[in-house]
Amino acid sequence: MSSRVQQTRQYYWYAVPGITAFAALVGGSFAYNIYLSFNNWQGIGTPEWVGLANYQELFHDRVFWISFLHAFEFIFAMSLIPTALGLMIAALIYDFISKHFGNAISTFLRISLYVPQIIALPVVGILWAWMLSPNVGVINTILRKMGLSNLALNWLGQSSTAMFALSIMMIWIQVGYTIVIFISGMSRLDPYLDEAAQLDGATWFERFRIVTIPQLYPEISVVLLTTTVAALKVFGPVYVMTNGGPGDATQVPAYFSYFHFFSTLKVGYGASIATVLALLLTVLAIGLLKFQRKMGLLR
Amino acid sequence: MSVRRKKGVAPYLVLGGLIFMALVWLFPMYIAFINSFKPEKEFIQNGVLSLPHHWDFSKFGKFWGEVDFTKKLMNSAQVSICVAIIGVFLSFLTAYAIGIGRVKGRIWILGFFMVAFTIPQEALIYPLYSVSKTLNLYDNIWSIIIIFGVMSTGFGTYLLSSVMSTFPDELLEAARVDGASPWRILRSIVLPLLRPTLFVLATMFFIFTWNEFLIPLVMLPSNNNQTVTLAMAVTTGQYTSDPTARAAAALIGFMPSVIFFLIFQRTLMRGITLGAVK
Repeated sequence: MSSRVQQTRQYYWYAVPGITAFAALVGGSFAYNIYLSFNNWQGIGTPEWVGLANYQELFHDRVFWISFLHAFEFIFAMSLIPTALGLMIAALIYDFISKHFGNAISTFLRISLYVPQIIALPVVGILWAWMLSPNVGVINTILRKMGLSNLALNWLGQSSTAMFALSIMMIWIQVGYTIVIFISGMSRLDPYLDEAAQLDGATWFERFRIVTIPQLYPEISVVLLTTTVAALKVFGPVYVMTNGGPGDATQVPAYFSYFHFFSTLKVGYGASIATVLALLLTVLAIGLLKFQRKMGLLR
Repeated sequence: MSVRRKKGVAPYLVLGGLIFMALVWLFPMYIAFINSFKPEKEFIQNGVLSLPHHWDFSKFGKFWGEVDFTKKLMNSAQVSICVAIIGVFLSFLTAYAIGIGRVKGRIWILGFFMVAFTIPQEALIYPLYSVSKTLNLYDNIWSIIIIFGVMSTGFGTYLLSSVMSTFPDELLEAARVDGASPWRILRSIVLPLLRPTLFVLATMFFIFTWNEFLIPLVMLPSNNNQTVTLAMAVTTGQYTSDPTARAAAALIGFMPSVIFFLIFQRTLMRGITLGAVK
């Protein structure tokens, strides 16, 4: 018994390098960021302690609230719609394509839909500039050819459509991730349940809703959690497509803090935005996990 | 003998619909492809959708030479490989203490790594930027190697410790009874059995790091230190006047990731699904 305890102690040494490095780099940086949020600083000289002034300013900053509103709107394009679409497509691929047409076609479908996930965002930005460009872009060219010239809008250039255009791009990026997770989840499901429902005369959609989805709750909850966190953190797509504009039409918290760090040089203010975002995400993630556990959705 | 069941029309409708969707998904890549070979004159005349009449190969060489793409490839490869090695090394050791050693407080250690997963990079970037300046690591490729190597440890520890906690107890107990030290168990039992999983993890770290964007953008201002991904964001702005050159740049930019993905597709998929649900 005592030798087991002794041995357990020996194992601590293996965690030391990882924990130390992580605590210093991630923990240290975050602590420093919180400290900066209580200061006014331009990046050079000595920071000036101002207490909660930055947070008070945030509270009255219209753009700050708008940026969070947008981040929550992106939950639709990055989390909810890709999850629903991914479930549907994964089930179709698993039930119809693999069974009737073989693995080659289902692999082709999976890879094609997953490719946007592995392309770096700046490249995605170039590709979608081609799609959305008002004069020479693909979407408007097709609309004009169909005689729908009045629908050929300046998608990213006007506030009324910029969020919508970005959302379409994000659905294109995200769907592959959800499909891959759900297909792998389906391979562990119990085929007898599905067959029993089939014998009872249930249609495909009924079986999908009543048999497949409940069995996939663990996967669904993981996907919803990770993609919701990703949506609230979103930076790259906004950086490469719109820089938060036009005006503040696509401003999000992550970009807003970056903007204050490196453009206005209001470092303390940027740090306070980043701190609020980090705390919100942590509370939300813990809350979601607790909720899912309470509902019995997680094992 | 397999029994052929009647297919009906439904599967064909589903097949048609999904193939159409896949083609829509690949369409932006196709557009970049045809336009990168299209002479600028043809683009102005015939627009974005037409196939090139003359296939113009000159833009690739021009872009490659102008941005010194070989250098960017080497930078990206160096960063991604080093991060994969450092990340896997640190994650493996930490996960070994948690998953095999079952050290006290392991839930808290894991929780600490998990909370860090929710912290956005923006909440770390300014401190990293200003500290790296004081340490003379600013605009040095090793700064982002260290940063990503350590940051990867969060996800890596979570994934590996959940894999290691499913390790057969009898095997470990038998080794302990025989007097094997933790180091011995690590070397002769755990490491050999886990080698494929470590490879999966390294592949994931490689491709994640390759695509990283915000931290290199802040940390590596000079041309010589840029990664492929960063070069795509920074230099392509110069080509706005010539859209077909931008298409060529995009094609060159995503080729390495796509080739890497096609080679390691299975490995990567295993990792992604392993990470999602243990």
